[in-house]
Amino acid sequence: MTGNGRYFDEMHNADGSVREAYSDYCRWFHEQKTSLLKRKHAEAETNFRKTGITFNVYGQDEAEERLIPFDMVPRVITANEWRRLTRGIEQRVRALNAFMHDLYHRQEIIRAGRIPERLFRDNAAWLPNMVGFRPPGGVYTHIVGIDLVRTGPDEFFVLEDNARTPSGVSYMLENRETMMAMFPELFMRMGIESVSDYPRRLAKSLAACAPSCSDGKPVVAVLTPGIYNSAYFEHAFLADQMGAELVEGTDLRVVDGRVAMRTTSGYQPVDVIYRRVDDDYLDPMTFNEDSVLGVPGIMDVYRAGKITIANAPGTGVADDKAIYSFMPEIVEFYTGEKPLLPNVETHRCAEEESCKYVLDNLAELVVKEVHGSGGYGMLIGPTSSKKTIEEFRKKIIARPENYIAQPTLALSTCPIFTRQGLAPRHVDLRPFVLVSPDRIDITPGGLTRVALKPGSLVVNSSQGGGTKDTWVLKD
Amino acid sequence: MLGRTANGLFWMFRYLERAENTARLLDAGLRMALTRDIATAEEEWRSVLATTGQRAGYEAKNGTYTGMQAWNYILRDRDNPKSVLAMFGQVRHNARLVRNAITTELWEAINESWLLMKDQLARPVGENRVLETVATVRRAGTLAHGAMAGSMLREEGYHFARAGTFIERADSVARILDVKYYLLLPSLSYVGSSLDTGQWDQVLRSVSGDRAFRWLNAGQIDARGICEFLILDDRFPRSLAFCHAALRENLAALARLHGQEGDCHALMRDADTRLSSLGIDEIFDQGLHEFLIEFMSCNAAIADAIARDFRFLA
Repeated sequence: MTGNGRYFDEMHNADGSVREAYSDYCRWFHEQKTSLLKRKHAEAETNFRKTGITFNVYGQDEAEERLIPFDMVPRVITANEWRRLTRGIEQRVRALNAFMHDLYHRQEIIRAGRIPERLFRDNAAWLPNMVGFRPPGGVYTHIVGIDLVRTGPDEFFVLEDNARTPSGVSYMLENRETMMAMFPELFMRMGIESVSDYPRRLAKSLAACAPSCSDGKPVVAVLTPGIYNSAYFEHAFLADQMGAELVEGTDLRVVDGRVAMRTTSGYQPVDVIYRRVDDDYLDPMTFNEDSVLGVPGIMDVYRAGKITIANAPGTGVADDKAIYSFMPEIVEFYTGEKPLLPNVETHRCAEEESCKYVLDNLAELVVKEVHGSGGYGMLIGPTSSKKTIEEFRKKIIARPENYIAQPTLALSTCPIFTRQGLAPRHVDLRPFVLVSPDRIDITPGGLTRVALKPGSLVVNSSQGGGTKDTWVLKD
Repeated sequence: MLGRTANGLFWMFRYLERAENTARLLDAGLRMALTRDIATAEEEWRSVLATTGQRAGYEAKNGTYTGMQAWNYILRDRDNPKSVLAMFGQVRHNARLVRNAITTELWEAINESWLLMKDQLARPVGENRVLETVATVRRAGTLAHGAMAGSMLREEGYHFARAGTFIERADSVARILDVKYYLLLPSLSYVGSSLDTGQWDQVLRSVSGDRAFRWLNAGQIDARGICEFLILDDRFPRSLAFCHAALRENLAALARLHGQEGDCHALMRDADTRLSSLGIDEIFDQGLHEFLIEFMSCNAAIADAIARDFRFLA
């Protein structure tokens, strides 16, 4: 099995030989009986269902818990490749935090004319409440997921920065557990970096950002919108693994100027909240007054420096795709270095010339809504009908500033296991990054998402994509 | 521990006990129905539905009592919020709510039982599958209690879970006795008749007490003996005395962990005093029905006090 040459194949070279990263794995794979592999494949699914690793589909009842399809062929990354990636990610995350701080303080980057002011003025995630406020430890985005795609041996691109509330880390951990249970001999044979201490690192990183009023061991809680949220499993899983409380808005209340949770023996202060609730729902007194998911008054406590909210409110600004298009400038401005990880070439429809180019080349481009996420509101030119393309054309002309466009990338492929054997499918990669006041910690691995339909470029789980375990090899 | 989590654990185990007791009653009813003619079997199904509080709902939907209709209503009817399937759905819902307060063993025991049960109850259950389905529900309870005993920290959470179990078990045993004694017998002239004896046998079976009772009483069955066994014999794990002794221990453990007692402890002491001062003769003199009604309301008051004392709700 080889790729068809148009796309970089993670497992094979252009001549069909096996790439170095996969040499041990492929040798092992060919020693296995196909019938055994098929059985293991079925076992994996049963295991996921048994352990209840599901995500809920919005607007459907509990009966509609779905499994994210799991593929048992790992995506393998060499130690060298990983070193290069982490340097680039670290640089980018450092720049992101410096950018957030600048944006909510002196706005040097705007004064310097490196990015236009409208970028945050028009940004729905911009929070005036954060202006002039320094979050505890100076950290804005404590947990970041950087989405990467690959197009060649040395070509990795950043597709998206998830600085608001990146999800998927529980799949990284459970995929690894499943692989270790199914194929222990592979782990004995190959040197694979461990990912399993992520929860401990997360707990430590969050505790390091505790406010100064915290005495002794900081109390950390995970704030979930509740059992019907699509990522509830992940929230419960992380709280469990960190030994933290899993709280809902109704468990919290402001008591004596602190945020406190209702325990069986009364209200107890919380120091750090890892929130999986959007800004808009965080505080009905400040934001959406109809929301019951948040905590009335939490923003006042926050501004008084008595609680850490991770990620900081207002960080969603950086998730915006228009900001993304300026990331090369942002990285250079704050680090004084060229970006180690390039962006995908991005055309901003807000700019007249770019817009004209986009409209002239719609059939070849991927068009995204500036504030969209999860694969919604996208146009994938090459696989769309004329009618869809014309509909998008009208939308872009009506509100050009709402769209960006990128070339259709030749995303790398990695084989998945099918009834007929291995078959190439497009993948991306989301490494997880933890930021504390004194360090940036990147777990060696991440979530590899894989499009399950042949030829499809859409890897989002909400659109039927699956996941794979990601192996970073030791030197 | 969060008050909401304590509430979730308490109710997770109440629903687990309720689902299991419903299945046990169904089991007993089924065995009785199998040994009777159609007319009397109808009585058995009526009593099973009455005991589980599902009679009105059943009759609103069905004109007649047939076994197949009755057990499908009890096991899986969508219109029946007290069906075994609905109860177990509540168990799993609560288990998800408190996922980070229970062990993986316990979660997987619940989740696997739920998947199996959902599968077995996906279609109407015929004669050849009903006992198997009932066994699945009973086994789910055994698995969950076993997983908890073997893996959960003896902390607050454990004691809330156990308190939920014994509050519910005491309530359902009291209810079974009450229905039998107060409602089932058409008139006093039936006392000691084969119908009466058969019903007592069913009561014992529904709490898995038939074997134990025979062992202790050399095979003799009589109403007084059975009531004494199910109310006062603290060796039997489903008697009212046993349930309250276990509940007392769990509440005492909670008081130790919290360093103080609440209303629930005072109510528990009152209940203990009342139960230990009574012999079976006094209970019969007072009237079994009256005794049971008082016991149930006292049991419910303890449950309410637990919820208040430990801030289950905002």
